[in-house]
Amino acid sequence: MRFVLRSREPRWLAPASVGVAVLLTLLLTAGPIRMAGSAPVAAFERYVVTPLTTPNGLAEVLLAATPLLFTGLAVAIAFRVGYYNIGAEGQFLAGAMATTAVALSLPDLPTVAALPVGLVAGALGGVAWAFLPAFLRRRAGIDEVVTTLLLNPVAVLLLQGLLNGPWRNPETGFPDSERFGSGYELPSLFGTRVHAGLLLGLVLVAVIAVVLLATPLGVRLRAAGQSPSAAEFSGVPVGLLQWRSALVSGALAGLGGASQVMGVQHQLTGSLAAGYGYTGVVVATLGGLSALGVLAVALLLGDVQVGAQNASIRLQLPSQMGGVLTSVLLLTVVAALSVRHYRLVRRTPRSAEPLRAGGG
Amino acid sequence: MTPADAARGGELSPPRGAPLVELRGITKRFGSLLANDAIDLSVDAGEVLALLGENGAGKSTLTRILYGLSRADAGEIRIAGQPVTVSSPADALAAGVGMVTQEFTLVGPMTVTENLMLAGSPLGRVDRKAARARVLAASERLGVPVDPDAVVERLSVGERQRVEILKALLGDCRVLVLDEPTAVLVPADVELLFASIRRLTAQGMAVVFISHKLHEVVDLADRIGILRRGRLVADLPAEGLDPAAIAALMVGATAAAEVEDEALATAVGLDVGLEGSGPEPTAPAPVADRSRPAALEIHGLTLAGDPRPRVDDVSLTVRAGEIVGVAGVSGNGQTELVALLCGTTPATAGTVHVGGSDVTRLDVAARLRAGLGRLTEDRRGSVVLGLSVEQNLVLEDLDRFRTGPFLSRRRVRAHAESLIERFDIRAAPADPIRSLSGGNMQKVLLARAIERDPTVLVASQPTRGLDVGACEYVYAQLRALREAGSGVLLVSEDLDELIGIADRIVVLSGGRLVGEVAPADATREALGVLMTGGPREPAA
Repeated sequence: MRFVLRSREPRWLAPASVGVAVLLTLLLTAGPIRMAGSAPVAAFERYVVTPLTTPNGLAEVLLAATPLLFTGLAVAIAFRVGYYNIGAEGQFLAGAMATTAVALSLPDLPTVAALPVGLVAGALGGVAWAFLPAFLRRRAGIDEVVTTLLLNPVAVLLLQGLLNGPWRNPETGFPDSERFGSGYELPSLFGTRVHAGLLLGLVLVAVIAVVLLATPLGVRLRAAGQSPSAAEFSGVPVGLLQWRSALVSGALAGLGGASQVMGVQHQLTGSLAAGYGYTGVVVATLGGLSALGVLAVALLLGDVQVGAQNASIRLQLPSQMGGVLTSVLLLTVVAALSVRHYRLVRRTPRSAEPLRAGGG
Repeated sequence: MTPADAARGGELSPPRGAPLVELRGITKRFGSLLANDAIDLSVDAGEVLALLGENGAGKSTLTRILYGLSRADAGEIRIAGQPVTVSSPADALAAGVGMVTQEFTLVGPMTVTENLMLAGSPLGRVDRKAARARVLAASERLGVPVDPDAVVERLSVGERQRVEILKALLGDCRVLVLDEPTAVLVPADVELLFASIRRLTAQGMAVVFISHKLHEVVDLADRIGILRRGRLVADLPAEGLDPAAIAALMVGATAAAEVEDEALATAVGLDVGLEGSGPEPTAPAPVADRSRPAALEIHGLTLAGDPRPRVDDVSLTVRAGEIVGVAGVSGNGQTELVALLCGTTPATAGTVHVGGSDVTRLDVAARLRAGLGRLTEDRRGSVVLGLSVEQNLVLEDLDRFRTGPFLSRRRVRAHAESLIERFDIRAAPADPIRSLSGGNMQKVLLARAIERDPTVLVASQPTRGLDVGACEYVYAQLRALREAGSGVLLVSEDLDELIGIADRIVVLSGGRLVGEVAPADATREALGVLMTGGPREPAA
């Protein structure tokens, strides 16, 4: 028996392999949940179903999903053209810091000016953090995986340095910034903690979905990501597209940071470095690098995240179990999606080397 | 102990008269292609056997079988009279057969000694001193000094090849197989290599080498085996043979009769497009042709390379309504020439004009707009395998199918359907292109190139790997393009194809245009001599 690359893929295969991955995840995590002293089926219900049954739970899910929408889109758009931006975390934080800088220096701006200024500052902060790796990749061919990744801890340290230094709260003395002026507060929706950042994220999902699916640029981006040399051969400027996508990716992640400080915290705190950027990689990958996929997965992960808090209170399951669940899901989905390109055939001795070309 | 070890009995050279290596009835089939057809061949100790043949004649397959990289379907290998089973390079080395393939297998950042230790040493303690001594001993045997402590990636190509040979010699090697050893070498290195080979044969080794360069073969070989379409068609002493005679045997002189009359009749494009090199065409160019505009003008085109330019000062003109063939043994600059013309590789020097406008500094998209059509040898590299047939069909012209900012699916679909109809592509527009056969994929690429009505089409190996029907289809399309007034530059290794369809044929060898053959003289022998470097220097 051996694996052979499929020449043709039926349409049902990709969804089916995701289904298999989900089943596999349930099987694999049932053991740990059991060991933690809970019934797996009840736990899964807590994780996935319970948060969706109350209006408050639903709002919390949307709130948890909001930053993931931004970082997920940021990663998806970069990965799609073959630019492996692992730095959404740093770009997210840089965006939040840029917004904070503006909000602290212009505290009295009225809402109508403060919201756009704050958001644009966030986007530019993300672009600034994404610029150096993108530039090094374009000019010197330096691998962006390493540079974007290594800039993440730099952003975290910068955040902590600012909060413990110039931005330390003068009233409380805690390492948090002062609260922003009221002009910088993103309006809340439905009278819940959900804020207008969600709407911004949904608009971006729609725009990016349309660009990817229905414009010449979308086709070029796909071509550039899937086979750079063939795209280059067909006149697609692969390097230029990667450079621009890298900066757009930084802007999206930075907007996420701005949305988070302006919509939820209304100040900059150390808790912002909570791995939204890294989770964005998971969201983009699980979402198949498509905008609608990012939306679906961001909601699912938000759901599980809220469910995990719930389960830790009601079932005394450690709250990390939610992370275990999503991580196992990532592994199984990625594995299933790669395996789907192959089919198993029984080895026949005659065709042992069917692909070796004859040569002279 | 393998049987070969037992047979060897410590003696380096077997008694004279018994061949050191004997191949009997070696047969190898790849699908419908018979790569080796019951080949019987032997090599004596102290003998140099040259294996010759066109591309795809089966030379590499035969040597790969001898070295265990490939298994024969039938046949027997005997070393010093004893039958041996060679199912891997390890078996071959144990039987005393070493090989240097065209691709080197050295680890760049490691030293020569370390590389050789990798090749030979079993598990366990590593004895650097002993290994270094063995390298020195082997280099002594070769007769060329090799620095055992040099880092491989800083060595020249010729030096790296010497390291490869040392690697092959490390075991108790009695038969050395070299696959086109001189293809990558500068002349000085070729002489060193030949001196080493003579030294090794004087010590009783047998050497089998593959080459396309006939004057080298005449210089070095004791015996010559010629393969054609998988069969051994000649096995004769090298003594007294000249390159022209060998070339005739290689390409099969009788095959020249297959020239298509129709092609000859239409072959009137006799213009002197070749500047500065190659013989003058025998017949004066018809006046009508001179007046035709140049579709493609290449002047002094050069691509630097190590150790010598990959494309060397190539000048050529293709006029509207003619097909110019480029002949050559593979690896003589064809791929690079096509890449330079397509715009995927920037030129070191020289200019390219398409339909009168200079495209030398333009990128791919601008070249396409200027009227360049491309059909490269790397079919699967010319399409984006993850996209559908229709997306690939419009990939070069996405902006033409835009309605406002959006790509009009309806117009893309309609365009794809009309091309599928017109070019008889056996696929639906939405099919993933990776599911298409080679012939159908080529039709997609042809459709994409021809639909834009190119001023000139650069086509490289357009029929490689296609079945007869698909080949005919491609020829018909190229002829139709010529009739419509486009120029075609056809790069091919298939001489019959070139003779059959081209209006005139230029020959590329070592990155240079070494000659032009007028259609009336376009015989396989004439091309064969030029391609294999028959005249050592082009008539400049």
